[in-house]
Amino acid sequence: MLRLEKRPQPSKAWTYAAPLLAVVITILLGGVLFWLLGKDPIAATRMIFWDPLFGDFAAFYLPELLIKAAPLILIAIGLSFGFQAGIWNIGAEGQYIIGAICAAGVALAFYPLEARWMIFPLMIVAGIAGGAAWAMIPALLRVYFKTNEILVSLMLVYVAEVLINAFSVGLMRNPDGMGFPGSRSLKEYPAAANGDLFPNLGSFGSGIHWGVITALFAVVVAYVFLTRHRFGFNVRLAGQSPRAAAFSGVNPNRLIILCMVLSGGMAGLAGMFEVAGPSGQILGSFPAYYGFTAIIVAFLGRLHPIGIMLAGLLMALTYIGGDAALQPLQLPSASIQVFQGMLLFSLLAVDVLTNYRIRFSKGAIA
Amino acid sequence: MGDINIIFLLAAVIVASTPILLAAIGELVVERAGVLNLGVEGMMITGAVCGYIAGHETSSAVAGFAGAAVGGACVAAIFGVLTLFLLTNQVATGLALTLFGVGLAAMVGQGYSTDTQVLVPKLAIPLLSDIPAIGHIFFKHDLLVYISIALVAAVGYFLRHTRGGLVLRAVGENHEAAHALGYNVRLIRFGAILFGGACAGIGGAYISLVRVPQWTDGITAGAGWIALAIVVFASWKPGRLVAGAYLFGGVTALQLNLQATGLAIPVEYLSMSPYIATIVVLVVLSGSRGPGSLGKTFHASR
Repeated sequence: MLRLEKRPQPSKAWTYAAPLLAVVITILLGGVLFWLLGKDPIAATRMIFWDPLFGDFAAFYLPELLIKAAPLILIAIGLSFGFQAGIWNIGAEGQYIIGAICAAGVALAFYPLEARWMIFPLMIVAGIAGGAAWAMIPALLRVYFKTNEILVSLMLVYVAEVLINAFSVGLMRNPDGMGFPGSRSLKEYPAAANGDLFPNLGSFGSGIHWGVITALFAVVVAYVFLTRHRFGFNVRLAGQSPRAAAFSGVNPNRLIILCMVLSGGMAGLAGMFEVAGPSGQILGSFPAYYGFTAIIVAFLGRLHPIGIMLAGLLMALTYIGGDAALQPLQLPSASIQVFQGMLLFSLLAVDVLTNYRIRFSKGAIA
Repeated sequence: MGDINIIFLLAAVIVASTPILLAAIGELVVERAGVLNLGVEGMMITGAVCGYIAGHETSSAVAGFAGAAVGGACVAAIFGVLTLFLLTNQVATGLALTLFGVGLAAMVGQGYSTDTQVLVPKLAIPLLSDIPAIGHIFFKHDLLVYISIALVAAVGYFLRHTRGGLVLRAVGENHEAAHALGYNVRLIRFGAILFGGACAGIGGAYISLVRVPQWTDGITAGAGWIALAIVVFASWKPGRLVAGAYLFGGVTALQLNLQATGLAIPVEYLSMSPYIATIVVLVVLSGSRGPGSLGKTFHASR
């Protein structure tokens, strides 16, 4: 009879091995799924995980990898603090959208002024403020009315989706767009554009825009805060033992608001970089599930900044490889979500080995 | 407002509420057993696609809803195995279930088209349905509407007046104590999770077979999350669940009707009202306390 015995300390080895094992399990499960759908599993797996990195078109895919990973890493870093403290902001997608709307609003308000030194930083501030304000709603409601922040932040995702749809055909529609939905292209507005910073690096550009640099910076800052600053200590303490945290003087309400504002601001920032760069305009199709995928990135990276960076790159790979494999294999775009769901499932399942030891015992039932 | 027919509106409210009510009563049982399954949306949409395909392949509504229940219970079983036997975090696992379910449903339903029609029989209750106005609002619906109400009543009776219900509540209030009394906590919770999945699946199929009736990607549009909110709204009591579900169905149906009449408020903004209403209700009714062991991982140690 198999039995689980709680480890006194989480296993160090498994902390690192579990995500890797989870990725392997997901690839195997994905292969089974492709096989069930009547596709060649080996070819499909290779198309998703190998070709973007080492295939013939790698020069085209590598910049894409950075572009996709940047928002995922930014959002996931923000979420990781709250998740460690047991504060569940599930609505990063909404905060990401609102950040984009606010940043685009600033840019469109100044159009066609050529003052990048002022407009671009203002957009960054607006993006952060928008995302943070959107996250403040569930935070304040939780603090003052004890409502569940999971449900409120999630409902606000749907509200944000309605808003961006409405704005793209109403308030923010391009007056020169001949009636098509969507705002002016911010990519073509030099004062607001968040373009490739090294366009001559490689035949398809470098993919490095301000969001990529900020994401790297965020990883470093988060690492310092988490391991060297009292805030990181308080966050971890509140997650592991709320009572101990209270005795050590951590104000739980302040922690909730701090964590929510932090994650909302980061998501809003990611939205700003996205709307000014890769996506380029306010449009109903702007939401790309980054806010939800970032939750998986945060967990896959063990809520640790370095891990999140690696997990973000891996998840970006599934986005790109998935996209590349969709057409030739005739798979719906949602298959990527199935992959991501399976990845989170297997990660959580494998994690049992981090916290528990398997014991073989005869007879008696635990 | 003159263009809105109140009687039709109220009848539409009941149709709009039924899927949420079905999913919510399942989740209520799960939460009373001490498990927080945030994957309702994923189970609902899986049920929606399973029910749609099963119903249209067999041209039978019964087979459709049975298929939906099985589909919902199957994905719920993944959640059950992970949270109960591999001791995973319930919040994270529930989220994974939603992602997985939404993707799976889109994958399975991709390109499925059909010419057949599945008719869900309408049942006009004799005598009562002849009452003017009230008869049309309450007593001329399809079978599922009555089944959903009966299910709520049955769950209410089960939780309050039967030994099984008492055990289930004990497991939810204090799993350590229930375990010490010799009850198999994991088995009871697994049963509750399967029941919740089946209910959510049937609720999803009600959307794809009756309410819309069509299969499109993302057809549940957050109904599963609203069902979760209604369980909180009802403070985990079956009776209040009906009021909550009908209130939300009311907002949804009214909003659709207002869009049709062309009110001064732009249509785009009206469709956010069910979500805003959910938040408002959560704020107003936030004082109640859930089951004691809700969301906590149970691990029997020696």
